Amino acid sequence: MVPIQYFIGLSAILFTIGILGVLIRRNAIIIFMSVELMLNSANLAFITFARMYQSLDGQVFVFFVMAVAAAEVAVGLALIVAIFRNKQSIDVDQINSLHG
Amino acid sequence: MIPDMILFILLAIVAVTSALGMLLSRSAVYSALNLVLNFGTVAVLYLLLGAPFIALAQITVYAGAIMVLFLFVIMLLGVEQLRKGSALPWQQTLAIISGLLLLALTAYVIFIRPMTLPQVSPTQLGFGTPGAIGEILFNKYLLPFEVTSVLLLVAMIGAIVLTGKREPKTKT
Amino acid sequence: MWLSEAVSSGPQFFYLVPLVVLFPVIGLLVNTAFGGRMSEKAIGWLASAAAGLSFVVAVLLGISLLSYPEGAVVPIVDWITIGELNINWGFQVDTLSVTMMLVVAGVGTLIHIYSIGYMHDDVRFQGDPGRYQRFFVFMNLFIAMMMILVSADNYLMLFVGWEGVGLCSYLLIGFWYDKGENGIGNAVAGKKAFIANRIGDFGFILAAFIMFWVFGTFEFNAVFELAPEVASLFPAAIVAITLLMLVGVTGKSAQIPLFVWLPDAMAGPTPVSALIHAATMVTAGVYLITRSAALYNLVPQVQNIVALVGAATALFAATIAVGQFDIKKVLAYSTISQLGFMVAAVGMGAYVAGMFHLVTHAFFKALLFLSAGSVILGLEHAHHHMEHNSQLKLPMDENDLHFDPQDMRNMGGLRNRMKISFWVYLIGAIALTGIPPLAGFWSKDEILTDAANFNPLAYWMMLAAAFLTAFYMGRQILMVWFGKPRSLPAEHANESPPIITVPLIILAALAATGGALNLPMWHTFTHWLEDSLGHLHAAEFSLQIAGLSSFLVLAAIFLAWLLYGRKYQAMQELPPDKRPDDPLRPILGPVFNALNHKWWVDELYWTIIINPYVSLAHFLADVVDWRFWHDWFHDTVIVGGYNKLTQVLSIQIDLGVIDAVANKLGDSVKRAAAKWRVIETGYVRNYALSFFIGVVLILGYLILR
Repeated sequence: MVPIQYFIGLSAILFTIGILGVLIRRNAIIIFMSVELMLNSANLAFITFARMYQSLDGQVFVFFVMAVAAAEVAVGLALIVAIFRNKQSIDVDQINSLHG
Repeated sequence: MIPDMILFILLAIVAVTSALGMLLSRSAVYSALNLVLNFGTVAVLYLLLGAPFIALAQITVYAGAIMVLFLFVIMLLGVEQLRKGSALPWQQTLAIISGLLLLALTAYVIFIRPMTLPQVSPTQLGFGTPGAIGEILFNKYLLPFEVTSVLLLVAMIGAIVLTGKREPKTKT
Repeated sequence: MWLSEAVSSGPQFFYLVPLVVLFPVIGLLVNTAFGGRMSEKAIGWLASAAAGLSFVVAVLLGISLLSYPEGAVVPIVDWITIGELNINWGFQVDTLSVTMMLVVAGVGTLIHIYSIGYMHDDVRFQGDPGRYQRFFVFMNLFIAMMMILVSADNYLMLFVGWEGVGLCSYLLIGFWYDKGENGIGNAVAGKKAFIANRIGDFGFILAAFIMFWVFGTFEFNAVFELAPEVASLFPAAIVAITLLMLVGVTGKSAQIPLFVWLPDAMAGPTPVSALIHAATMVTAGVYLITRSAALYNLVPQVQNIVALVGAATALFAATIAVGQFDIKKVLAYSTISQLGFMVAAVGMGAYVAGMFHLVTHAFFKALLFLSAGSVILGLEHAHHHMEHNSQLKLPMDENDLHFDPQDMRNMGGLRNRMKISFWVYLIGAIALTGIPPLAGFWSKDEILTDAANFNPLAYWMMLAAAFLTAFYMGRQILMVWFGKPRSLPAEHANESPPIITVPLIILAALAATGGALNLPMWHTFTHWLEDSLGHLHAAEFSLQIAGLSSFLVLAAIFLAWLLYGRKYQAMQELPPDKRPDDPLRPILGPVFNALNHKWWVDELYWTIIINPYVSLAHFLADVVDWRFWHDWFHDTVIVGGYNKLTQVLSIQIDLGVIDAVANKLGDSVKRAAAKWRVIETGYVRNYALSFFIGVVLILGYLILR
């Protein structure tokens, strides 16, 4: 059996990559995909711990995360489409009207 | 033990590589395809961890539904080449430094600090099967499950409202 | 038949008593509201009818009292209710109050009728016919107030009447407020009367307060019932009440020391002098003491004081009357003197004698004043006539331009020109001096008899006063009616019209026969009043005293005849610059001067009371109020200090501290915001980075701590 630490480490690496995607990329769709990646890495950690504790609750939680992610994607992509309609762009740096 | 380890290492390399590909590729379509690969790898990891139902749900929902939706949107909006140069000079540097710091913290927690994780026992028969998940989902988590349906309904309505055609009235 | 019914039905008629007040009130209201559109005659007769109806009611009450002499208290309405204190507006019907009502309404009615004629001319001589209406309104108001005074069943209601008649007196003294010395003389006289009365009223109020404190009630019957008990517990309270009431009496009834207002009150029209300042209002004090007999009987020492005050006033005023030349002033001092007799009588406990003299005095003094008014009117007529007749203008010299129709030195020999006035005046004078069998003799003799029994000192003083009374009345008669006319108007004076002479004749008849009320044989009046005042002793007729007083009176008249009948006429032959104005002046010298100047009482009061008071008032007003209080304390301390304080607060505190702090705060916030706004880039990635750095830092802290 692979030690639990490895799975957690992998999860952390994936999560960091997701964060970097959010912070570095300017394309709204890629930012959104990075968010999905972060959710996925969290799911991986959940499953790992469920295996560790021999408890199905973690897996059920992943199931709910998936449902939320599905909903989030639907709304988020709709938002991106709406923004694109207004700005003719999906560059998040263009949307800075809140600047001081 | 060893085949598992080899399999894990292979999968981990593929997952990290595809994630980095998603992060670094110029084109949004390549990013999406990289992400699909990443999701599939993670699904195999789920199987490895004794969660066959979740693994299949992962492939169905993420790779099948969500990523297809992404691709549709990318195609709908057109692949846009963004302008070079960022308005935030320190953004990239700070982000990478913070990310490395986070990784360093994780590494410290997992490998250097003595941790007393319980010994992982072999998987019981039927752990993580659809039957077992359904058992717990419709007994213990019935109410959250039903609320999920409401959540999905709201998301659907929200998506329709956000993308629906506006009356020209808003032009004013 | 109707009268017999009244006699038999008795108490029902007692409930008519509010009408004695109501009729004059109706009269005055109608005259106030519609007088402007009514003729003079209508106004006058309406007012007279109001007074006359009051008199009729009083007569009915008197008749029913014949069969029900105990009388009744007729409550009308709850007036004041404060805690335990409950004061009714009620009417006391008994022989005493009805006697007063009869006098007030009877004499009042006659004077009203007389006024119709008198004021008709007076308002024309004085130059303002519009005041005719107002005169009768005031007169009716006076009757109403006097009725409230005499019919009250408690001291507080009595006080309302007491103040009301004082007000009417003030209004009527100042009736010609734009006339007199410097154009304000009459107004000043009215003010003087009001203030002198106010001093007395203050005593009355204090008496009422003590009464409430001690008795807890103001009702006559309740107070008199409690009086003996209270007297044994707090004798000082009764003494204080009676003494303070005496202060009120000295004000209202013009006794020493507050008598000074009454001579000045002659500034009012003559009917006013007759009604208010001779017959009725000034006797209210006598009525008050008689009404409070139950209290005064308990404190003999106070009774003694009252008797001495009265007797001293009688003598003192009689001396002054000798030295006066104004026909009304002589009568005014005579009134004070006679009031002194009455007060002395009631002070000695001789209530019947006092009340008896009150009634007869009301007759003959009203008669004298009204006849004097007739004389004044005659002279004014003649003077007025001459002034506007060019043929008679030649003999007038400078003096006649300032002709005073009230100065007896301008009169003389009027008996041939004004026959009716002369005869009624003579009757009044004889009644006053006390020659039998006219009214004054009987009442004055009763007082003297009582005085001889109870208070010898007062007796001798009053005997001297009686002597002087006869002397000054003889002097007046001789100066006014006998001898030769001493001025042109006196030569041409004419008798007054019947509307003036008829009331005079009626009053003369009363003055002549009024003594029959209480003849020594029957004591009718004594028994009448006994029903109100309890048992009264009847003064026995003493031939010795009557003889002594009659002898003194005749001697005084003879002396007056010597001086004024013979010597005064002889003096007229002398050239004007060597001729003394009065035969007494060479004989008495400076004493006569003192008499003429009223013993300088007014000047004394000015020196010891009024001038210091005025100076004090000036000091308080100018120095204390204006300079200290207003200029210094108010302007400098309060306003200046406040200004300084507000300046400090506004400039130093508000601008310097509060505004500065607020502005600095605002500025610094603005500057900080200007610096910090750079952080807000508006890029969502930037915000996410902040989150992330924060998360890393917090996690690092949690893990590595």
